[in-house]
Amino acid sequence: MGEPTEESVREEVRAWLEANWNPEMSLLEWRNLLADSGWGCPTWPEHAFGRGLPVKLADVVSAEFRRIGAVGVATGGGMALAGPTILEHGSDEMKRRLLRPLITGEHTWCQLFSEPGSGSDLAGLTTRADFDGEAWIVNGQKVWNTSAHHARYGMLLARTNWDVPKHRGITYFAIEMEQQGVTVRPLRQMNGHASFNEVFFNDARVLPDDVIGEVGQGWTVALATLAHERRLAGGFGRAVTGEGRAIDEYRAEQARVMEPYTWYPQRAGRVDLVVERARATGRSADPVVRQEIARLLAMTRAAEWTAQRARAARRLGRPPGAEGSIGKLSSSNIARAAAHVHTLISDTESMLSGQDGAMDGVIAEILVSVPAVSIAGGTDEIQRNIISERVLGLPREQSVDAGRPFRDVPKNLG
Amino acid sequence: MRFSFSDDQDELRQTVRRFLEDKSTEADVRRLMETPTGYDPEVWTQLAQELGLAAVHIPEEYGGQGYGFAELGIVLEEMGRALFCAPYFASVVLGASAILNAGTDTRKKELLPGIASGETIATLAVAEPAGRWGAAGVELQATPDRDGFRLDGCKSFVPDGHIADLIVVVARSPGSSGSQGISFFTLAGDASGLERRLLETVDATRKLARLELSGARAELLGELGTGGAALERTLDQAAIALANEMVGGARKVLETAVEYAKTRVQFGRPIGSFQAIKHKCADMLVEVEHAKSAAYYAAAAAAEDDDELPALAALAKSLASDAFRSAAAESIQIHGGVGFTWEYGAHLYFKRAKGSEVFLGSPAHHRELLAQRLGV
Repeated sequence: MGEPTEESVREEVRAWLEANWNPEMSLLEWRNLLADSGWGCPTWPEHAFGRGLPVKLADVVSAEFRRIGAVGVATGGGMALAGPTILEHGSDEMKRRLLRPLITGEHTWCQLFSEPGSGSDLAGLTTRADFDGEAWIVNGQKVWNTSAHHARYGMLLARTNWDVPKHRGITYFAIEMEQQGVTVRPLRQMNGHASFNEVFFNDARVLPDDVIGEVGQGWTVALATLAHERRLAGGFGRAVTGEGRAIDEYRAEQARVMEPYTWYPQRAGRVDLVVERARATGRSADPVVRQEIARLLAMTRAAEWTAQRARAARRLGRPPGAEGSIGKLSSSNIARAAAHVHTLISDTESMLSGQDGAMDGVIAEILVSVPAVSIAGGTDEIQRNIISERVLGLPREQSVDAGRPFRDVPKNLG
Repeated sequence: MRFSFSDDQDELRQTVRRFLEDKSTEADVRRLMETPTGYDPEVWTQLAQELGLAAVHIPEEYGGQGYGFAELGIVLEEMGRALFCAPYFASVVLGASAILNAGTDTRKKELLPGIASGETIATLAVAEPAGRWGAAGVELQATPDRDGFRLDGCKSFVPDGHIADLIVVVARSPGSSGSQGISFFTLAGDASGLERRLLETVDATRKLARLELSGARAELLGELGTGGAALERTLDQAAIALANEMVGGARKVLETAVEYAKTRVQFGRPIGSFQAIKHKCADMLVEVEHAKSAAYYAAAAAAEDDDELPALAALAKSLASDAFRSAAAESIQIHGGVGFTWEYGAHLYFKRAKGSEVFLGSPAHHRELLAQRLGV
């Protein structure tokens, strides 16, 4: 047999789906078949529940899944972040033990990176893990942890060496969340939602087998996770049609995974509502409002085109230009401008929320959710540093912690 | 292709860039901007005859190269980058496009080959001393005569109007208003009854003239009284072309500011290592890249004659105006004191940006057009 081609893959996956897909199976039963066959994660290697196909051919596989209406592997942070990280850095034993339940959705995962004392400076984290001869003992606090309240495992970054510079003393663990030393509490945001959690570690335990990568090499492993997180920014999951036990269970899982994100459209500013709202309120007659609407719509479309230029360059195999790095900052600018325009349009009514507010509170939710965009996933200020250093080649700011043992670096109190 | 350029288009860009790096250095710009004609006839001839650039978007049947607005946009972006001093925008963008949009086939065959070869320098006279771009601002009157028309009125802000061989004039029929009764006429630059005066401009690299017409004989370009749509189309296409020219200048200004920030040392370190400067540069980049995306997209749309063209023209022009103006101003700020001197080149771009900002309509004017065209 030669190299797989679009035709050969299509033919093979189609035959397999026709022989195996049955919506009346339980979701777990179906996904175990996916894990056994490798069709659930076609880009993963053959020895790790995949088929070793290039990304382009994986698109052929998902097209066939859609065509027949078959559901895929688990959705959520586990598959998107933990899976690829374990594939790249986990031991073979760990892959055998942790990847299958992750694919089937039996284990859900959460990310335990940010801390109250280390936001933009993630590598300055102070949650500690100390080896007692048998297990790593974890103490400290994490924050902004989506889905931690129902996660079976956490991707944990903890400091294991305080006598080396900050990036070199971190270890990456897979920590079991259901244990005595782990406490999860919902974290209420300024918009009233509680989409994230705080996680407290009080002598929580991790066995040495659950170190991902080498002790002290956690920063390298974390960069792999963060790279996948950026790729994930487009969202996950897809709508399915049809009926059957597996499909019902899949929908329930998706609803649970997506639940924290109901306010995300509002966070981005809801540019889509602007024209309709301006007309409905009559504010479109105001020249000042018209100017701001035009400014916002121009910026929004230009940002889309800029993202498309970046994609086109990637497709053509050309070196990425400046256009690829500015999307995050553009989204912040657009969200802020949209909130401004919604305020101009709603005018005095912007003071009201919930059932009393414009559009049953949607407008108010925009106004109090937009501040998240310029912070989450890298603040605007960090984005500007990245753009100016990596795209424009400006020199780095001189740092006071580089090369210094982390023990001696100034930290937040308490 | 609205999001990338073909290899041929990239090659065109390289050819134009190399030509202008040689022929439009800062010294050349400074020399030419001090002359009343504002261009170097020898370079103009080379550009037209050797590179065929005056013919880019003119169809082959009228002596052109038959490319579209995407290629024209590339040429203009490079000219904007080099602050190229020549009647290119006047003749090729405004003059030729007006003739293409408004002229009869006979008049196109008569007029376009000369523009394409560079032998004729054309321009388009739209705005009047009130400075309005569009049919509503046209007051200059065309009165029928025994064997033609006579034009009476005043045109202003006419690019290269003082040197043009061929002037396309937008006029209206007596008693008409708005976009009704609009016609295009042509007359020679040395026609009797036409007086032209070079205006003193903030941006000396774009020459503007005021034209007084008193009973000047002119020839009809297309149909009488139905030129409103052709005028709007010509102005939209010109706005897209200008947006491409402006993003060339904006990108150059950003590059210059970044280079300076890397080498200028204060407090013992390059000023580009201070976040106050880095963040300014990052914001400039975002604005410039957005303006570029819009200019490219609009140029591709103009090439395909997209229905959305009017909205895209307003969008691209408003973004490019804002991006170029703010980049040019920030560049001077990053340069500090030296940026405010005559000797240093930053002010040349600043002045080009200021002029271009309002040439063919201010960003606010274009935002209002955009709102209308998007149904707001």
